[in-house]
Amino acid sequence: MRTRLVIVVVLLAAACLVPLLGQPYYTKLAVRMAIFALAAMSLDLIVGYAGLVSFGHAAFFGLGCYAAGVLPMVGVQNVPVVFAVAAFAAALIGLVTGAISLRASGLYFIFITLAFAQMVFYVAQGMRPLSGDDGFRLPAPTMLGKLPLTNPNVLLYLMIGILALAAWVSYRLTRSNFGQVVRAARDNPMKLAAIGLPAYPYRLALYTYACALAGIAGAAYANLTEFIAPNTMSWVVSGELLFMVILGTAGMLFGAIIGAVVFVGLEQILSSYTEYWLFPLGVILVLRVLLLKR
Amino acid sequence: MSLLEIREARKSFGALCVTDNVTLEVREREIHALIGPNGAGKSCLIGQITGELPLDAGEIRFDGDRVDRLPVHARAQLGLKRAYQVPQFFSSFSAGGNVALAQIARERTGWTVWRKAGTERTLPFLRQVGLEAVGERPSASLGHGEKRQLELAMAFAGEPKLLLLDEPLAGLGPGDSERMVELLRSMKGRYAMLLVEHDMGAVFTLADRISVLLAGRIIASGTAVEIRANPEVRAAYLGDGTDA
Repeated sequence: MRTRLVIVVVLLAAACLVPLLGQPYYTKLAVRMAIFALAAMSLDLIVGYAGLVSFGHAAFFGLGCYAAGVLPMVGVQNVPVVFAVAAFAAALIGLVTGAISLRASGLYFIFITLAFAQMVFYVAQGMRPLSGDDGFRLPAPTMLGKLPLTNPNVLLYLMIGILALAAWVSYRLTRSNFGQVVRAARDNPMKLAAIGLPAYPYRLALYTYACALAGIAGAAYANLTEFIAPNTMSWVVSGELLFMVILGTAGMLFGAIIGAVVFVGLEQILSSYTEYWLFPLGVILVLRVLLLKR
Repeated sequence: MSLLEIREARKSFGALCVTDNVTLEVREREIHALIGPNGAGKSCLIGQITGELPLDAGEIRFDGDRVDRLPVHARAQLGLKRAYQVPQFFSSFSAGGNVALAQIARERTGWTVWRKAGTERTLPFLRQVGLEAVGERPSASLGHGEKRQLELAMAFAGEPKLLLLDEPLAGLGPGDSERMVELLRSMKGRYAMLLVEHDMGAVFTLADRISVLLAGRIIASGTAVEIRANPEVRAAYLGDGTDA
């Protein structure tokens, strides 16, 4: 845990220096890492701490994207409002779908979360005013005061700040009574009920919180790519987020951050050599799971 | 004054009737032993009291109130605490962490989201069961007897009104067994206990009253002396004094 914390602090500090290279390509890469680090960390709360494998987390990420894409159409552009709406929208859908999917566990939970995510995906695909499957350009950037988030430097510093804050809050959460109860529910839900605590409301609260974080990551992502399309919600993205969590070891927040950084980095490096970059990535995941248990 | 009242409880799985018209009363502060041969339905009855198994018919009252429709956690909150036949605990927590969870449940502080959870106040309960030296150890690494003791510490920390003990001596060696009986005896009068146990020596040492379950039915209920003298019980279960 401690070494991972040190690595994350070093990574965040290093990320702060990236804009000094003067190469927007690297800055955008660092932003991408920070965004997926936030999304993967939020998924790790569900997978690692609650012990429930969600295969639909991209839906909440995508909802955040759409919030950041739609709000400028009604003249809302400033960061606190856009990010809050993105978080709230993701949390609300997370609360509703979580209320149903958390009635299940194990394999059934995987299927239900996937099914809900696909539903959200198809709704986005069918939205004609938002160009359906084709997606649409970000009409106007989200603004931090007078600074547009489409400037990668601005977005990078904002995301480093948000990631650090979210990691700290999430860390505190996992160490609190609430976090202990969620973890106990993962260990032995039957015993948890027998001592007088129901697993369900605690799991649902954690799930909702994790969805809100994914929504914030999504809002940032819309400003990075300046394009919003249903494929941000696809099961492929859900799978990639799971990949990152497993790569960095589930159940230790900072691990998911490292997993996201490594995944996005490898994706960039490998895809410059071969269009079949997913193949070596798959080999790496298999080796990771087989060789390093924790 | 009766603490737990089960009236005409029934439960069957298909054609198999595991609880057949059971009526049972546990009084405040008594140790009530539930004995019977394997498969008599003792563990099932415990499950129905805690709510893990729903009743088909009948009613259960605890402290005067109907509880048979309440979920498991709500019954536990009322003071019904259970120790399982196979010790159940939270394996990724330390021994102290397990007791702390029982305290969180009792004090209803599960929604405290910011302050760091601690195990400082678990020591008295660990000491009560003799685990004060291993509070920091991962609970999964404890010995079998220690796991049983840990489950009891969790139950005590939950301030039970009624402890449901499902074969607390099963799998314990002679020394551990004696310590467990001594521990339960020292708790006598503090909580009511419903004790399922095969060790007749322990049952006759501890129990104020005994009920005998056979094929899902209570065939006798009474003091140790009455049960020992009951010809039906002797024939069905105790044998001719070999076990008792």
